[in-house]
Amino acid sequence: MIQVEKVSLAYDTPHGRVLAVEHASFSAGASEFLCLVGPSGCGKTTLLNMIAGFFAPSSGEIRVGGKAVSGQGLDRGIVFQDFAQLFPWRTALGNVEFGLEMKGVPKAERETIALEQLRLVKLEKFAGAYPHHLSGGMQQRVAIARALAYNPGVLLMDEPFAALDALTREEMQRLLAEVWRATRKTVVYVTHNVAEAVYLADRVVVMTPHPGRIKAVVPIGLARPRDPLSVEFLEHQKQLIAHLTRQEEEA
Amino acid sequence: MKPLFSIGIFLVVYEATARSGWFAAALVPTLPVVAKTLWAMLADGTMAGHALNTLFRVFSGLALAAGFGLVLGFLMARYRPVERFFLPLVSALMPIPSLAWAPVFILWFGLGNTATILIVFYAATFPMLVNTWTGARAVNPLWLRAAGAMGAGARAMFWQVVVPGASPFIITGLRLAFQRAWIAVVGAEMLAASAFGLGWVIFDAKEFLNADIMLASLAVIGAIGFVFERLVFGALERATVLRWGMVRAAKA
Repeated sequence: MIQVEKVSLAYDTPHGRVLAVEHASFSAGASEFLCLVGPSGCGKTTLLNMIAGFFAPSSGEIRVGGKAVSGQGLDRGIVFQDFAQLFPWRTALGNVEFGLEMKGVPKAERETIALEQLRLVKLEKFAGAYPHHLSGGMQQRVAIARALAYNPGVLLMDEPFAALDALTREEMQRLLAEVWRATRKTVVYVTHNVAEAVYLADRVVVMTPHPGRIKAVVPIGLARPRDPLSVEFLEHQKQLIAHLTRQEEEA
Repeated sequence: MKPLFSIGIFLVVYEATARSGWFAAALVPTLPVVAKTLWAMLADGTMAGHALNTLFRVFSGLALAAGFGLVLGFLMARYRPVERFFLPLVSALMPIPSLAWAPVFILWFGLGNTATILIVFYAATFPMLVNTWTGARAVNPLWLRAAGAMGAGARAMFWQVVVPGASPFIITGLRLAFQRAWIAVVGAEMLAASAFGLGWVIFDAKEFLNADIMLASLAVIGAIGFVFERLVFGALERATVLRWGMVRAAKA
């Protein structure tokens, strides 16, 4: 579904040339949940933004559904970390309808689809609410519904729950796992939270900073739904943490 | 606190001053005298005629300024060369009081509506222009990214994201533009209008020492300004940016 091949991104700063991403290669199969994990500065968000088409790599190629990515496209939905990503002048329903409107879907059909998406994230009762009346967690759920509404094959998520409190975050992770099971989207999910990655991912791509490189790709073979307190879960967490800390010793 | 309360206090202080005997009654008429004059002018329709003339000039000038300010403001925010060309002009023209143009406009267009409306237009243009320009540049880039990812083209991006995203600034711009226009029209009518308008009435009353007519007209000017400021622009804000949570109401 997604192929990232020898992708590098370099840019010039007043302090010289920075390699944000160097020779990153990985792929994600159809309906696979892939997490990109690493400390800040490892280029994981940059990589996600390139898959989203916000900017092009300096070298290498990214393909989604067999087609080379050039610019943004309706084959990919995206959810950001910032709650402010929703349009404050549109209701929850109006936000979810946006992509369908751009696609030219007629009004009645738009509303049906948007309500269905809100039901998926358990917010159908808040369809008429404006974003500023919703909690952070609810706003992120609307953002997920909005990114899924026009039915892209790929869902890109950039630390969507990082700004939430721990309890809400766990609830959101459970909900996202459900949504993913129901929709079977290919997900690329950026996080710096190791437990979150083990909870959600089929495979975890571990990245290291300066320059941003892929250190390892770790499959998470645990059955779902996963128990974050099980021994196997903690083993996987340890394995990821080992990859992340060993790089620090090398540096 | 009720707005009428503060206005009531102001009127009581005025009335006490007028009755104190410190000033000539013809120069500082009591409120009943002013009220009687106001009532007479309202009853025979002269006040309405003047007010309608003034409103026509204000809204003609304001409409031109809003249209011009919105279009140029958005263009300046979107296209670098447009911004680079117009910004120095704006900086040079903005500090000139609109009334300073009155003699020039009168020379060019004579006394009457054209010169008056141009003065109003000049006064109202800059708040509209600068606010639109700032508002368009202050649109959250995340909205643009999200909209782009959802397939918004240039047209949808402008009408569905940039315009509503800039609306808190635009509404404030419109509000300031109205205030400036309302202030400018009275001055403009004193200098450039002939025989009609609230500003002209005040100026004309000076010739005959009719302080009651002046004050009655001032009361009407204040009342109309109050109604638009509170009701029209207040309602516009409540229906849009306040409802959307893009600006907040002040705490009690």
